[in-house]
Amino acid sequence: MSSLTSRGTVDRLLPSFSPVRVVAEDGVPLAAPEAYELPADALLVDAFRRMVVGRRFDAQATVLTRQGRLAVYPSSRGQEACQIASALALRGEDWLFPTYRDSVALLARGLDPVEILTLLRGEWHCGYDPAAWRTAPQCTPLATQTVHAVGLADALRRRGRGGVVLALVGDGGTSEGDFHEALNFAGVLRAPVVFLVQNNGYAISVPLARQSAAPALAFKGVGYGVASEQVDGNDLVATLAVVTAAVERARAGEGPFLVEAHTYRVEPHTNADDATRYREETEVARWRAADPLARLERYLRGRGLLADGGVAAAEEEAERVAGEVRERLGGEMEADPLEMFRHVFAEPTPQLVEQRALLAAELAADAEGGER
Amino acid sequence: MAAALNGALRDAMRDDGDVLVFGEDVGPLGGVFRITDGLTAEFGAERCFDTPLAEAGIVGLAVGLAMGGFRPVVEMQFDAFAYPAFEQIVSHVAKARNRTRGRMNLPLVIRIPFGGGIGGVEHHSDSSEAYYAHTPGLKVVTPATAEDAYWLLRDAVADPDPVVFMEPKRLYWARGELDRGARSAAPLGRAVVRRPGRDATVVAYGPAVPVALEAAREAAAEGVELEVVDLRSVVPLDDATVTASVRRTGRCVVVQEAQGFAGVGAEVAARVQERCFHSLAAPVLRVAGFDVPYPPPVVERAHLPGVGRVLDAVFRLQFDDEPDRTHEVSERAREVSRVAS
Repeated sequence: MSSLTSRGTVDRLLPSFSPVRVVAEDGVPLAAPEAYELPADALLVDAFRRMVVGRRFDAQATVLTRQGRLAVYPSSRGQEACQIASALALRGEDWLFPTYRDSVALLARGLDPVEILTLLRGEWHCGYDPAAWRTAPQCTPLATQTVHAVGLADALRRRGRGGVVLALVGDGGTSEGDFHEALNFAGVLRAPVVFLVQNNGYAISVPLARQSAAPALAFKGVGYGVASEQVDGNDLVATLAVVTAAVERARAGEGPFLVEAHTYRVEPHTNADDATRYREETEVARWRAADPLARLERYLRGRGLLADGGVAAAEEEAERVAGEVRERLGGEMEADPLEMFRHVFAEPTPQLVEQRALLAAELAADAEGGER
Repeated sequence: MAAALNGALRDAMRDDGDVLVFGEDVGPLGGVFRITDGLTAEFGAERCFDTPLAEAGIVGLAVGLAMGGFRPVVEMQFDAFAYPAFEQIVSHVAKARNRTRGRMNLPLVIRIPFGGGIGGVEHHSDSSEAYYAHTPGLKVVTPATAEDAYWLLRDAVADPDPVVFMEPKRLYWARGELDRGARSAAPLGRAVVRRPGRDATVVAYGPAVPVALEAAREAAAEGVELEVVDLRSVVPLDDATVTASVRRTGRCVVVQEAQGFAGVGAEVAARVQERCFHSLAAPVLRVAGFDVPYPPPVVERAHLPGVGRVLDAVFRLQFDDEPDRTHEVSERAREVSRVAS
């Protein structure tokens, strides 16, 4: 057996040396990349509408934290192209594994906006049914969901009824051991899974340069035998083209894929963060100018696919969604403390039965005391 | 016991095509303890397979497969090698049902050979059950007989919740009766009285059960009849069986191989005195491993709680109505040690 590795084998796994880009920052189309099929025009117009709605939803959620209606909100602002592309690249039978910063992806996937925000309101559970939406609960412990994504992808392969899994992770998450174990398992199992790294430049306050010395995060694929690509994550057209190609490649049984999307977290980590302590306003301003939504709008207008009417309709829909979120999250959150005991096990242990009875008695005594 | 565990996996895989077995060296080799011997040959490499050497990945893969409708049974090669998977077990395996409001359960089994007594080098002899038992959402089970090894593992695989199945390594080679056709074993979650006795209750689980039984035989020769309760499952804990026994005997010793501090035995002892205070004629005593990193093979016999240490505890249960002065002796020893240094 030869121990030589062929150059071709490696080359097939390597990403482009510069991020794939289809639309320039000013919205002007660039030469179409040979390796990728561009998304249909109608899909791009739909993506624009979803980006407008997503951005409005995101802004509304941040406002709700100030009003105390949400416990915390990690904003997706600036990352909408990545998140909309994630949702649009998937079919109904496919699964999405989101992190806590992927609310806009979940909205574009069709989940109820209030269910998306359930965890962030301060509930202990995700608001939606993962199986019904083929969407895993938003994951907080970094990169731990990537190994689940591989397992579920292997489950789909075993059932033989099709389906691909897309796992979202951030630049900081690529330093976690689980991310590497996930890539390794995916490579060995040839699982139909795609990892999309939204490289937004910061893990809370730590910039990418302190996170990794890799030439680009996409190069982390080759060591695990996982094909990879890097893309301009603020270019919706390019990101959708690349993620769709990766998903369809996995669907065709050609194995896992790693995409690094270069983007930027325009807002602080969460509403509780102070980004002025670790980055310059000039840097943020430069990225605001590279806004993915404005870029797509200019591109679509330039190609005659979008006019004032389309923009106004999208903005109207966005206001409707924001208004609905405001209204439905306006009331006090109702929670039954006794529900804490209900979902620990299928059948509560004798100890949980006792503890529940204790709390029920306390609550009853409190209620009685309150009436007097 | 090893054969019983192998039989349980084999029968579970025969009965349910969704049962998958995977981990490190569990394929053609059959696992380092041969518990998965022959499973790849019988069921194929799709259903019993070797994974890369990464425990968090193994448990994470099991989570995803369980989400996809399978029933994974994973092997952690040794107790201390399961620690890389701790985050997956605590943050995901244990919490999935809760964080989806009951919509997503993870019926998976994590098998962990645990404990010492086999002359293992470092990192091969930990008693890690308390870490898992302390985590809400995990069932923690440990058999002490071949019959329980078979039936509790069958129960664990069929359970709708995740089960950490702790296999006492030093009992792998223990012989015992097993009828796979007719079940007489109690269900998962119930403790059993292994030996009835009127004078004191000895509560034990896993590798400590044979020690407790041998102590009971020796005590009987001295005219003291010990009742031995085998917990079988640490979570759920069967308070009722333990409590009923202690109320009959009025005295209780809890035996565990694991280091004693903040351990399962401490929990059992606390619960017994909370529930049986007026039935107790003496304080509940614990017999446990010392609070030291598991020692090397050359001194492990001195560490492991043996029959002598159990009997010493039993005879401190104030049968003569004299107060137990052991702790005063300890205090004097500390004083002597302080003056000497």
